[in-house]
Formats: sequence, structure tokens, C-alpha cells
Amino acid sequence: MSQLATTSARYRRRKLLDKAMTVMAYLCTLAAIVPLVLVLVYVAIKGLGAWSPQFFTGLPQLFGNGGGIYNAIIGTVIIVGLASLMGIPFGIMAGIYLAEYGNNHLGSLIRFTTDVMTGIPSIVVGIFAYGLLVVSMGGFNAFAGAFSLAILMVPIITRTTEEMIRLVPGSIREAALALGAPRWKTIVYVVVPTALGGIMTGILLSIARVAGETAPLILTILGSNFLNTRIFQGPVAALPLQIYDFSRSPYAGVIEAAWGASLVLVLMVLILSLAARLILARRGST
Amino acid sequence: MESEKTKEESKPFEDPEKKPDARQRSVEPQPAYRGEPAASAMVAERLSAYYGAFKALADINISIQQNKITALIGPSGCGKSTFVRCLNRMHEVTPGGRIEGKLLLYGEDVCGRDVDPVQVRRKVGMVFQKPNPFPTMSIYDNVIAGLKLGGRRKSSELSEVVERTLRQAALWDEVKDKLKESGMALSGGQQQRLCIARTLAVEPEVVLMDEPASALDPVSTQKIEDAMEELKERYTVVIVTHNMQQAARISDYTGFFYIENMGDPGRLWEFDETSKIFSSPNRKETEDYVTGRFG
Repeated sequence: MSQLATTSARYRRRKLLDKAMTVMAYLCTLAAIVPLVLVLVYVAIKGLGAWSPQFFTGLPQLFGNGGGIYNAIIGTVIIVGLASLMGIPFGIMAGIYLAEYGNNHLGSLIRFTTDVMTGIPSIVVGIFAYGLLVVSMGGFNAFAGAFSLAILMVPIITRTTEEMIRLVPGSIREAALALGAPRWKTIVYVVVPTALGGIMTGILLSIARVAGETAPLILTILGSNFLNTRIFQGPVAALPLQIYDFSRSPYAGVIEAAWGASLVLVLMVLILSLAARLILARRGST
Repeated sequence: MESEKTKEESKPFEDPEKKPDARQRSVEPQPAYRGEPAASAMVAERLSAYYGAFKALADINISIQQNKITALIGPSGCGKSTFVRCLNRMHEVTPGGRIEGKLLLYGEDVCGRDVDPVQVRRKVGMVFQKPNPFPTMSIYDNVIAGLKLGGRRKSSELSEVVERTLRQAALWDEVKDKLKESGMALSGGQQQRLCIARTLAVEPEVVLMDEPASALDPVSTQKIEDAMEELKERYTVVIVTHNMQQAARISDYTGFFYIENMGDPGRLWEFDETSKIFSSPNRKETEDYVTGRFG
């Protein structure tokens, strides 16, 4: 009798604590989501007004309504695309190495280096690219910008690829090996496809991450009010730089254009992130 | 030469307390079956297997008969699985996995320095305990995966191979209308038969099965056993099983693996025709095990 009573007193306390903790967890989640929603809503309200056909097809102006961001969109696509071309193969192959062959000193060294690289401030990467490519190539250029973004992408892709490949059950590898598949074919045709959903997610998240980078671009592509599709020559525009440029203007119309460009950038990143989630969710269910 | 080896091989089984000569001879099947019509598909001589410094198997001598089903039974952890993994050199995939001794496939050395394990595995296929179809592939692609991964693409023959092997694995009727669907959508028993079909598609000479039915229900088990009965007409089958009735039902020969003391390596305690092992085994431990007195 008495024993049961103590138990129930404890049980009541535990239930109370459980309630309190649950409420706290909910509140924290809310606190984390609110800024995101506020940013999205605020940018949408402020930015939608700037959107017009001319906004997407015209070149920037220093007065009036700010003109358009056509060159910035093209610039961002070129630079992020180029960065992906450079960063994705390196990232994936490094990830495969770490997961499949990296259980040695070299592997630990690379893993450590990758972790350190994840933490390097992007402005430092920008200075590095400036010294290495801008100075030697005689001026700001798209390639240097893409290079700096690629450096920021590689560690993210490497670590996600490694984690995702490690998640592939050993039994799948054994099945392929037991069928008489050489190790490289096992990796290329069985292991990587099985992990592809996760790898794609890592790639998209890394692209979303670098698409909004501003600091390294100031030091590598500078920004421009004109359309420049050359890769190795001349300053290039990009969305983050254009937003920065617009926002320093004294004219209200140009400031509104900054909001409009921000909305474009936020939506690009959001869509990439959502695509990443979707791919992972679909892969996870099969 | 033969007698010399016999003497040498019998050493690990020496037990001055209770083992008369006749019992020792029973663990050397090689001389006993020589000259009989059935030929040996695989022969192991003094085969030992290690995980790093740990010796998991010691001095296995066995002769696996062609077109027969050989069952390997014994308590858990006595090295049955390790042994079948040695037969197609999957053992060395495990970090630290190492083999000593001699292993022959139709007289050819399997463990030689310049033997490519990939070639061995194409001749000695394997079905694992847990069904492991490739999750990204359809049923059709799963079956021909071995052919594609092995680099042999005769695309005109592929659909014939798919139908033939799925029939051999007794799965064809259940999946013939959904070959393009994912292999993961099948039930556990169907997945395991898909894995059998996948192994057969490579046309191995020997098929190793490591407890292929232990994760399955009795109906699926029955289907796999039926399939095995047909398989032995074309293939040599080695099956590890914990199910003694299964060994008695389907196998022609049975090997009993046993560890005498904890920490010792596993040994092939007795190997003989299945009827002999289950009716009048030569060693006491075998009898205790097959009659269910332990293990």
C-alpha cells in the first residue's frame, strides 16, 4: 500500500516534469522558427513590389527604380554553376575515399582537414582566391569567384558523401562482391547509387550555402552593372553583391530593388533546400 | 604421401582419453570417398582462418562432392559461416581476415598468390543469411546485376537468364508481372529467392548458402528447400544451417562443426553422409548435437 503510494507520488512528479519539458521544447522550437518565418514574410512583403518583367530582364541603374538584376542572376548562375563543376567531383570522390578506403592515418588527416576547412571564414577563402587567381590573372574574374565558392563547397559535400556512404549496409557491399564484382564496380554501381539520395542532398545544401556568399565574391568578382559572361576576364555581377550595392543607394526605388533581389536570392536558396529535403524523403521511403 | 598426410591431419583431433583410431578416420572424408563416382568440387586441406590474431577455424579437411548438397551444422560461433566465407574468399573482405592452408576448386588452387578473388567469386556464388537485394535496382536488374557487374553483357540473352534463374529459384510465377518493380517491395522470402536467382545468374559452379532460411517463415523455407533440390542437378550446394531437420531433409552430406573449449578455434568435428551423421555418428558430441541434447 505505502509502496504504491510512493510510486504514484513519484509518478506525478515525473508527469509534471515531462509536461514542463515538453512545453519548453515546443517554445524553443517556436523561437527557432519565428525568425525564419519573419525573414521570409518581411522580405516577401518588401520585395514583391520591386518585381516586374523589367526587373528580371534589365540591367541595374543607380537611380529611379534601380533597373533590373538580369546580369546579377546570370552572374550568380555562372559562378555557382562553375563552382559546382569544380567542387562536386572533388567533394564526392574525397567522400568516397574517406568512407571506403579512409580508415588509416591519411584518412584521419583528410577528415580533420575537411573539418577545419568547414570552419574557415569565407572572407579568408576570398583573400586566398584573390592572391592566387585575381592578382595572377590581372584582374577580377568569374573563375576566381567560382574557385573560392568551390573551396567552401568541397568540405560540405565530402562529409555528407562520407556519412551517406557509411550508411549503406555492409550486406549490400558483400552481395556485390560475392557476385564477383570488383571493388570499384561495387562502389560505382552499387554503393554510390544506394547513397545517391543523401549525396544529392549534401550537394544541394552546399550549393544553397554558397549561393548567398558575399564576402569572397567582393574580393574575386567585385560586382558589375553590366552583363559579363566571360569567365576569365572582367568583374561580374552576382545577386548578393547586387543586393549590397542597391542597399547603399540614397534612392528609395533602388532600395526597393535591393529587397526584390533579396527575395529572388532567398527563394533560390529555399527551393534548393526544399528540393534537397524532398529527394532525401523520397529516397528514404523506398 | 596420402598416408603421411592422413597422419598429419589427424593430429588436431588427438585426444588420448577417449578417441580410438576409427573415430579419427571419420573426420578425414577425403580418402573415404575417393574412387566413388561423385567427384569433389571443392577440397580443403588443413584450412585455417583468422580474424587478425584470433584463430577462428583450425585445420579443416573436407571434400565437397559435386552436384550434392553439403550441409554444415553446429553450435553458434563454431566457424561454419567463416568456413563458407573462406570457400569464395569473402573471408578476406573482413578486416584482418586471413586464410592458411590449401583450398582447391576442381583441382585448382583458390587461395594462390596470383588468383584473383573476383574470379573465384564468379565460380563460387554465395547467398547470405539476410536477404540483401540491391535497393536501387528493379527485380529484373537485381537478377542480372552479377552479369553487369562482372562485365559480361550479352543483352540479347539477359531476359532469358532472368526467366531461367527466377524459375530455378521458384520465384518466377510470383514476380513475372512486376519485373520492373523494386526488389525491396517483395516479402523477405521472395527477396531471398531473388538473391538466389541473382547468384545463379552468374552461373557459378558452387553455390554457398549461409543460413538462407533462418530469417524466413516455414512456407518460404519450404520453397527455398524445394528450389535447392533442383539446384543440385546443375550446381554443387553448400548450406550452413542451424535447423537440423533442414539439414536432414535436404542434404546428402553433413559436416558438424564444434568448439570444445571456449576460445578455441572451430573444427570440423565430423563429416559424413547425412544419413550416417543423423543415425549413427562416430563422435559423441555429434550425436549429442543432432539429438538435441545441447546447442
